[in-house]
Amino acid sequence: MKTYAKFAVLIVIIVGTLAWLATGGIKETKTYYKTISELQEMKDPHGKRIRVGGDVAPGSIRRNGKQVFFTLQQDSRTLKVVYNGSDPLPDTFKDGAQALADGKLDPSGVFYASKIQAKCASKYEAAPGKPGQRPVYGASGQARM
Amino acid sequence: MENLGALALLLAFCLSVYSILSSLAGKWRRNPYLIASGRRAVYAIFLLTSAASGILIHALLTSDFRLAYVAAHSNRAMPDLYKFAAWWGGQEGSLLLWSWVLSLYAAVVVWQTRKKHREIMPYVVSVLMITQCFFLILNTFVVSPFQVLAIGKGITEVPDGQGLNPLLQYWTMAIHPPMLYLGYVGFAVPFAFAMGSLITRQPGDAWIQTTRRWTLWTWMFQTAGIILGAAWAYAVLGWGGYWGWDPVENASLLPWITATAFLHSVMMQEKKGMMKVWNMVLISATFFLCIFGTFLTRSGIVSSVHAFAQSPIGKYFVTFLAIGIGATIWLILDRLDYLKSESHLESVVSREATFLFNNLILLASCFAVLWGTMFPVISEAVTGDKISVDAPFFNRVNVPIGLFLLFLTGVGPLIAWRRSSLESLKRAFLWPSVAGLSLMAALFALGVRHFYALMSFGLCLFVAWTVAAEFYKGSRAIAARTGSNLLAAAVELTHRNTRRYGGYIVHLGIVLMFIGFTGAAFNKDSTNEVMIGDSFRLGKYEMRVRDVRAGENENYSWDHAVVDVYLGGKLLSTLEPERQFYKASGQSVSQVAIRRRLNEDVYLNFASMSEDGKHAVIQSYVFPLVSWIWIGFWVVLFGTIVCLIPSKYRLQYPKTEVVAVAGKHAPVEN
Repeated sequence: MKTYAKFAVLIVIIVGTLAWLATGGIKETKTYYKTISELQEMKDPHGKRIRVGGDVAPGSIRRNGKQVFFTLQQDSRTLKVVYNGSDPLPDTFKDGAQALADGKLDPSGVFYASKIQAKCASKYEAAPGKPGQRPVYGASGQARM
Repeated sequence: MENLGALALLLAFCLSVYSILSSLAGKWRRNPYLIASGRRAVYAIFLLTSAASGILIHALLTSDFRLAYVAAHSNRAMPDLYKFAAWWGGQEGSLLLWSWVLSLYAAVVVWQTRKKHREIMPYVVSVLMITQCFFLILNTFVVSPFQVLAIGKGITEVPDGQGLNPLLQYWTMAIHPPMLYLGYVGFAVPFAFAMGSLITRQPGDAWIQTTRRWTLWTWMFQTAGIILGAAWAYAVLGWGGYWGWDPVENASLLPWITATAFLHSVMMQEKKGMMKVWNMVLISATFFLCIFGTFLTRSGIVSSVHAFAQSPIGKYFVTFLAIGIGATIWLILDRLDYLKSESHLESVVSREATFLFNNLILLASCFAVLWGTMFPVISEAVTGDKISVDAPFFNRVNVPIGLFLLFLTGVGPLIAWRRSSLESLKRAFLWPSVAGLSLMAALFALGVRHFYALMSFGLCLFVAWTVAAEFYKGSRAIAARTGSNLLAAAVELTHRNTRRYGGYIVHLGIVLMFIGFTGAAFNKDSTNEVMIGDSFRLGKYEMRVRDVRAGENENYSWDHAVVDVYLGGKLLSTLEPERQFYKASGQSVSQVAIRRRLNEDVYLNFASMSEDGKHAVIQSYVFPLVSWIWIGFWVVLFGTIVCLIPSKYRLQYPKTEVVAVAGKHAPVEN
């Protein structure tokens, strides 16, 4: 029985360590998926990482150096977005496109995005067993293992 | 033509139902004719799905745009290879490919067992045909590839198709889905045998021996499929990585993890008669994760904010999975008595223990990946908030798991069964440990401070050393006896026990891949807006833009940059990244340019033209050691093929304590 106790201890240590790593990882990287109206009704949105989706309001895209200003709209709600990420915006990002912005909401109500994903309004069907959905230039080039 | 295709699928569906019923009825009423006709229905289904696939391929190759599927996934200007690959370019076609591969495998199984396994085969055929039936329901009634556009009723003519998604117009992508499917679908076979053996209450592990080759074979294709996907992401997607923990990537990884665990834990059952329930659970989990992966990919449940692939097939998959998993769990619980372990664990320092930890860790990894992938769905159900987790979560959990597995890869094969003495541990591991630790010390002295990278390199050398020592010891003994040279002796050694030494080669390949993964800790990148004549630096390289030009052909138009790469003032090579705009689909794709070398890759991506239209935005990356991933893959592939070659002598593994257990069980069976 002593052997089994040793195994139990080792298994608990291993599983415990992994669970600790996992909870830390979740805390660090969790991103809330929100629609614009949900975002505006959120109680305490500031400081949380948020991914918000909507259509790019036609004619709203304005550029100033590396910063890009635009408005996302969904039904009657609108959200002002400032993009100041380092990656160039995807080709699919244009008037009327569906876009996902990752970032944080400023207390003034402006959404500061560090990452934009977009897709053409027309068609985009996922293909089998492959991450073709990822916009070509959307993901950042961070170190991945 | 398309009516014939749809008819073939409908007939195949009817035959699959017939095959299930006649196999079961034949078994229960002991009617060999019914069983035989159930088996023949399997061949017929293969012919019918082949015919349907042939008709679809013909429509694709002849650009028959009356078919909705052809119009949506092909266009005239596409090369024939990609017209063919459009077979699996969309939902309807790829599910047809699933069905076809399954019918092919089922036909092969039936052919292989025409004189064997009379007892369990009717059940094996039934399980395979139930799966087949499910996919044929999808093919026939839900997402038929033979949907015809309403020509004459509003639409007069379709001038040209929309074309295959340009991201998929790349050679690894053309063969990646079939590879992955050959792997995914293949696990239906060992699963069916496992179930057959459970249903008929077979006491031994005959099903494992029968399906060992199948498992390896499908594992090989799965590995190839995953790596091809990674190679494609690296060379095509342009974000400079090969793995982003995307739900779809994770879907392909999950069954691979459980399959790998299964390949290892069956050794425990074969040699020690242990972990029998566990193996049943693993093979079932693998099979259902394959189905689940297809579901995840096809239904768009996880990425529903993206909503890139919403489709009605989700509920069919959920139903099939719920019934299948429920039935399997009931069956395993009901037959627990036949799955008793024949021996037990004796020491923490033993081969058994390493297998146990290997399985535990792989399962933990699988669970973490599944948890992370399904996190949006779970969190929405529990808290109402849809929350996703990102790549850092997966890395945080899986990097330590990977390193621990790497460690076990070195320790497991050398440690003794039952228990190991300190003396034997020292004999086996002293020098590999010294080598690994010295390498870590040397790298630390050279300025490497990345903890995981140091660990990884140290462990890589440790494992490589143990594997090399095994080969050296064995071949030296043979060389001394036969007088042949060491290399010939190594080949002879491998041939004598292909399973063991093939496994070592696979482990070596995994080590090489880990070297490649570790390189990611030292990646560098920068993004620059440049004009012709400009230059920029990345690390020790200097890049000078010699030319930027535009052009077009009938399939796409392009912007093309010519960039000279200098190192210390010397011209190394010229890279030509390109951006393509596909006319039929209206999508842009970049063709990255990569200078591949063993030490590091230089990788350029023509991201876009700047807003003023004068500057080209070029992303540049340096990826150290990434080539070793692909080299490691070839080694893994070679090792797996070695494992599949029969050994020169049939080895009888002494099974400890089997006699005693038989004695213990005998009274129960009387």
